[in-house]
Amino acid sequence: MDSKQIYERLNKVFRDVFDDDSISVNPKTTADDIEDWDSLEHITLISAVEREFKIKFKMGEISSMKNVGEMAQIIASRAK
Amino acid sequence: MKELEYPFDTEYVMKKRKSIRRTLLSDGSTRLKKKIAVFGGSTTNDIVVYLELFLLNNGIEAEFYQSEYAQYWQDAMFPSEELLSFSPDIVFIHTTNRNINSFPTTADSADEVNALLEGEYSRFEQMWQKVTETYHCPIIQNNFEMPFYRLMGNRDCSDYRGRSNFITRLNEKFYEYSQVHEGFYINDINFMSASYGLKAWSNPAYWNMYKYAMCVEAIPEFSFNLANIIKSVFGKNKKALALDLDNTLWGGVVGDDGVDGIQIGQETGVSQSYYEFQSYVKQLKSLGVILTVCSKNDHENAIAGLNHPEGVLKPDDFIIIKANWENKDRNIIETANELNILPDSIVFADDNPAEREIVRAQVPGAAVPLMDSIENYIINLDRNGYFEVTSFSADDLKRNEMYKANAQRAAQQAAFGDYTEYLLSLDMTAVIDDFLPVYIQRITQLTNKSNQFNVTTKRYTQTEMEAVSESGEYIRLYGKLVDKFGDNGIVSVVIGHKNGDVLDVELWLMSCRVLKRDMELAMLDRLADRCREEGIKVIRGYYYPTAKNNMVRELYGRFGFSKVSEDESGNTVWELSVEGYEPQNKVIRVEGNSSVKSI
Repeated sequence: MDSKQIYERLNKVFRDVFDDDSISVNPKTTADDIEDWDSLEHITLISAVEREFKIKFKMGEISSMKNVGEMAQIIASRAK
Repeated sequence: MKELEYPFDTEYVMKKRKSIRRTLLSDGSTRLKKKIAVFGGSTTNDIVVYLELFLLNNGIEAEFYQSEYAQYWQDAMFPSEELLSFSPDIVFIHTTNRNINSFPTTADSADEVNALLEGEYSRFEQMWQKVTETYHCPIIQNNFEMPFYRLMGNRDCSDYRGRSNFITRLNEKFYEYSQVHEGFYINDINFMSASYGLKAWSNPAYWNMYKYAMCVEAIPEFSFNLANIIKSVFGKNKKALALDLDNTLWGGVVGDDGVDGIQIGQETGVSQSYYEFQSYVKQLKSLGVILTVCSKNDHENAIAGLNHPEGVLKPDDFIIIKANWENKDRNIIETANELNILPDSIVFADDNPAEREIVRAQVPGAAVPLMDSIENYIINLDRNGYFEVTSFSADDLKRNEMYKANAQRAAQQAAFGDYTEYLLSLDMTAVIDDFLPVYIQRITQLTNKSNQFNVTTKRYTQTEMEAVSESGEYIRLYGKLVDKFGDNGIVSVVIGHKNGDVLDVELWLMSCRVLKRDMELAMLDRLADRCREEGIKVIRGYYYPTAKNNMVRELYGRFGFSKVSEDESGNTVWELSVEGYEPQNKVIRVEGNSSVKSI
């Protein structure tokens, strides 16, 4: 799976979770860029991303992820 | 909303929660408005998000108060101004084993553990009493789930120092309180976590990272189960269960297979499954659920099936038995009228997806659970909590008798407009054409087991059928019907013998599973075409009455044939002139053998 595909799929998950079709994520996107992305929605987002890519993030990864780019890197290394 | 009924797709509900909420809120229905205070011992945000959805789907629009993180006890004991002015209609206390302050240790004596137990329990009881005094409203309290590890292994459940044992005892004390306090309900998370899988439910990552006492994926099921208690408290339970018969209460089709041929009892795994389902339905009756029958069957056949000696349910268990050939939505509405209940208090259980679809579309608010396979019937009905018991009175026990009397008085009503629309919505395509060798076996089988929609009940061996198939003296048609729910397979067979310019129809039959789909009209249209091609001027139909084929006594009359003779035993002969025959099917697309690929 190349990075373009990952971002396409991530974008779809973000749009569903935040119910906003205008969202377009890039490697630099952080919680500050998306209005509804607070700590509670973060849980929903993480679990939706895990289901989309059929992976499980480790606890350490979830707390250290700083932006969408880091999330995509973990996905790329994990998903087959 | 189908998406919010058990078994729902958790993944979908989680992903689409916002758009589902928008859809529900904008559907124009009027809902009860209720205020719910949630006192949490862990994060409750998502619990409330899904609870709101499931309540909306049950006709309740809730406004929520949530305590600050883990402030359940403080909120209950020392209510803030905000909470007092919120004035809840119901209080939900969301505590879990993460909120047990002190567990026994291996050094404790039995007396010390008893004291601990008392201490934990009285903290809760104090809280319940305070809430009752302050708000005079119902309380829903979680029991405790089992701990996710067992220090002593298996002994943890039986030794007084074990956490599992301690939790079991604490739960028992909660139950004792609920048995003597009206308006106090246990939300059984001990069952829910076991059913979900305790290991996944208690994944400690969710507690340690987010302070959720269960995994996030389990929350929709949790909230669904909680919503069942709330809607029951506010009077939104269903009242009646309307059951189909064939392949719902027993295996097989009683009209075709005969009473001896249906599967119910102890003979096989399948018949045992139906037996178990009937036992479950009988137990529902003992809760005061009204049972009715809604089946496409001749009345005598329905009664005969229900009198099967191995069955649990008997005709007397049902307040109303609608066994006829009317559309089911109409029967459901009539059932509601005769019982003097609203159609949306009915649960309709039927194995046939097309019947479920028509009731779903035509009877707004009626519950139509998925009945996909006998082994799932009980759980699908049970988990939906249609009859969730929050109170149980002597009236509940008498309810069936009461409705039985009412039913005899009520008038019949028939109101149905959109049947053609429904048929069109099924998106039906038929293949109707001359027999193909590959289908001979199925055609023979269908011919020999069809009893109800069968004008002559003529039987053929496979060899005879092959001979008919190869002979130039016959016009043959088989019909295969596909709709949006799937392929019904070969469902109709017509055989006519050419006699000069007359076609004598020796066989006309159809499977009852596609009754009222206009499939017979599609067959007739195609037969008329074939007759024109063969130079036939008149089609002559015969009806020979049997104990089972009363439903097609007037078939040819409905087709537009004229009756030319009738004898004392009721045998009739009918004729139709091919010239000037106008096609009658308007709802099924018809194709020929050329569309049957690669066989």
